[in-house]
Amino acid sequence: MSLVPPLTIAGREFRSRLILGTGGFLNHDVLAAALTASGAELCTVALRRLDPAARGSILDVLEAAGVEVLPNTAGCYTARDAVLTAQLAREAFATDWIKLEVIGDDRTLLPDAVELVAAAEELVDDGFVVLPYTTDDPILARRLEDVGCAAVMPLGSPIGSGMGICNPYNISILVERAGVPVVLDAGVGTASDAALAIELGCEAVLCASAISRAHDPVAMARAIALAVESGTLARGAGRIPRRRYAEASTPEAGLPVFEHREAAG
Amino acid sequence: MMVSVNGERHELSAGTTVAELVSSLPGAPDGRGVAVAVDGEVVPRGAWGAAELREGASVEVVVAVQGG
Repeated sequence: MSLVPPLTIAGREFRSRLILGTGGFLNHDVLAAALTASGAELCTVALRRLDPAARGSILDVLEAAGVEVLPNTAGCYTARDAVLTAQLAREAFATDWIKLEVIGDDRTLLPDAVELVAAAEELVDDGFVVLPYTTDDPILARRLEDVGCAAVMPLGSPIGSGMGICNPYNISILVERAGVPVVLDAGVGTASDAALAIELGCEAVLCASAISRAHDPVAMARAIALAVESGTLARGAGRIPRRRYAEASTPEAGLPVFEHREAAG
Repeated sequence: MMVSVNGERHELSAGTTVAELVSSLPGAPDGRGVAVAVDGEVVPRGAWGAAELREGASVEVVVAVQGG
């Protein structure tokens, strides 16, 4: 039984604050095992051209695990392509939810802010529940919120980089000013990065490569799930303030006084 | 007539519908988890049966894969 309160996005409750990205797993068996270990209730999937040689559908894996599908628009460079991809996803999976990605180039995979906001606005108007992958810029996050996004999903560092949260100050400013849930969406390299994201105030963590490309994906799925839970408890408990000098935890009062004599020579 | 399906040329008989095309493709027998766009526009599942393809149409047939 989880000790942490549920995550709520667009009126839907999730017990788990870990959203699993399904990219990069060696095969469906490893994905299924990692899914169970992660406890995730929401999983991303992508859309690609039908491959006549493909064996088994990822949808069967997700259905057997009882998790919800969060389609993405990965690989889209323009608002136009992202909107069309989202509409295709709605047809394919019968869900209004979309993880909106509009990237600027294939080297950094960083979001294209201008195209992202345009696509988000169009999709919200079209009835989608939009969860945009964005930079850690608090102003851009506010713009996305203003056009009606149900959450904002800033990166900690570039997709698949495993660099963790490069600018925790931006993430905490973004969180303080956000009126919708903040989901850390990229850059997690290991469990401590996920705990930090939640301690900084993110409501959830979306994680793919850190799990799928770990030496042992199933163990890492469990580790990151525990880190997310741990971070949530720690945030609720309240960290102590940072200070530059020590503050003794042992009382000074009652400290014995020792008289030392010169040893007889 | 010739149409493009996922970037490959297909010879189809005139009047072939989206539903007929999808059911003829290996890997998508029941159309579950499949979505179709023709000439850059989504064709809703409910319209597949009535949507006849035209000569030169560009069809994209997509499914779920691991990602994100």
